[in-house]
Amino acid sequence: MAQLIGEIRASYAFVERNFNLVKRYWGWEVVWLAYSIANALSITFIAAGTEAVTGQAIDTNHMILYLLVGTLVWHYLAVVFDNVSEMIAWERWEGTIEYTFMAPISRFTHMVGQTLFSLVYGLLHTGIILGVVALFFQLDLSGANLFGGVLTLVAGSLSFIGLGIVASVLPLLFPERGAQMTHVIQALLLLISGVYFPVSVLPEWMQPLARLSPATYVLEGMRAALLDGAGTGTLLGHLGRLVLIGVVAIPVGLAIFRQAEKYAKRTGKLKRSG
Amino acid sequence: MSTGDHMALEVSGVTKQFVKSEGPRWPWKRNANGRKPVVAVDHVSLQVRRGEVFGILGPNGSGKSTLVRCIATLLLPDEGHISVFGHDVLREEMAVKQLINRVSVEASFFKKLTPMENLIYGARLYGLDAREARARALEVLKRLGLKREAIFQPMEEMSRGMQQKVAIARAFLTQPILLLLDEPTTGLDPRSKREVQAFVEELRDTHDTTILLTTHDMQEADALCDRIAILDEGRIVALDTPAGLKALVPGTNGHAPTLEDVFMELTGKQLVKEEEDE
Repeated sequence: MAQLIGEIRASYAFVERNFNLVKRYWGWEVVWLAYSIANALSITFIAAGTEAVTGQAIDTNHMILYLLVGTLVWHYLAVVFDNVSEMIAWERWEGTIEYTFMAPISRFTHMVGQTLFSLVYGLLHTGIILGVVALFFQLDLSGANLFGGVLTLVAGSLSFIGLGIVASVLPLLFPERGAQMTHVIQALLLLISGVYFPVSVLPEWMQPLARLSPATYVLEGMRAALLDGAGTGTLLGHLGRLVLIGVVAIPVGLAIFRQAEKYAKRTGKLKRSG
Repeated sequence: MSTGDHMALEVSGVTKQFVKSEGPRWPWKRNANGRKPVVAVDHVSLQVRRGEVFGILGPNGSGKSTLVRCIATLLLPDEGHISVFGHDVLREEMAVKQLINRVSVEASFFKKLTPMENLIYGARLYGLDAREARARALEVLKRLGLKREAIFQPMEEMSRGMQQKVAIARAFLTQPILLLLDEPTTGLDPRSKREVQAFVEELRDTHDTTILLTTHDMQEADALCDRIAILDEGRIVALDTPAGLKALVPGTNGHAPTLEDVFMELTGKQLVKEEEDE
């Protein structure tokens, strides 16, 4: 019991530390939120302008929601992924990495703390963006299953946490440019997951890759919940797949991370300067 | 955590080498000659008794910090064994981590956070209750000469000396029974240096803490350490009490030998300036 309390305290250490840092970097948080809102609006305006560009009549409200779901889901998953994958790069930059790795906590506890923060932070951020964009476009969300949407996001987070843990290996192994390398993984997921277009428009050889990406199922579930108002029961298939991918991805991510940690300790890469 | 009757620290035949890449920029163009092994720690063995302050002296690049990192579970030795109160650092890593803490030459913190926020973060990682940790942190920081208002200001606004005191408080807060002090006073002004040294003396006298201290400062080692090992190019070239070490060399011009004389005699090197980083 005492050990469990210790682990919970240790997990909470990361949540509290990260929120303290958010408070201190509030200027950056304002800029980041403004950028994210502007980005979401810009993408959503593509839908608003499609009729004018093509000269064809389309269901503009549906199209706006389609792109809005894409941008919101992508924003949320990117925040979760970035927070998890950058935990090493961040600590290396601050110079605290050796202290965190020297502490008597399991890597699982470390990851739980970091991911709990990223889930709460990502949900808050995405909720604000949704609110602003909904006001901007006077969106009618009365038929949307918001609860189902949030549930799908949270279920999808599990797999992105797993992928984020794998990506965090890169800054551990490549102190100078590892953090930037994680963007390659994000770019590939963005391409194959049907964030702003249906997967069916991808070349045939790319379409099976979309089925490997958890983001594809998050987007399908979210669009079903928010655009079609699908009931939570109907979403169970998507939710099940997402939880399954997450249940596999997190232990695999942790196992890969442990191997990378051993390699870093053998080669001296934990040191700040690498 | 059982610490029993074991030695506080046993280092046996520890070797650590790194591979340095040389030659062409692209890895696939490098041949085997382009990977040069650099031996940082070379078959080092030593034992530290419970409650002892054990010093490691050595010039820059002599392997002091590498040895400390191996003890602190941050580096895996290539050869040899290290145990802390009978717990092997590789097989019982978590048990060792609960017994130790380390202060390094760089006071590494989240600079935007206050000393108190950094200390609470550190305390939580060691499973401590935040309220208890806060009270203890206040006590230790005041003891180290930090003013109350400084405790609640971002670390980036503090001098290096003050930051180093917070680093010592962070380590002390978790009540380690083996404290690794890796050049804790390097780069500090004389007053801060003296305050840190006084705190180490107090720890030695009033707490059940064994201390491993690496330093360039011969006077510091002489004043604080019960025994000292001199490390040169990764090897221990002498290990004894300060008096025992001084007895190894004759005095010059009628003066009793100093640790500096011993160091120069045994390593054939001038002492490095403290400002230089390892």
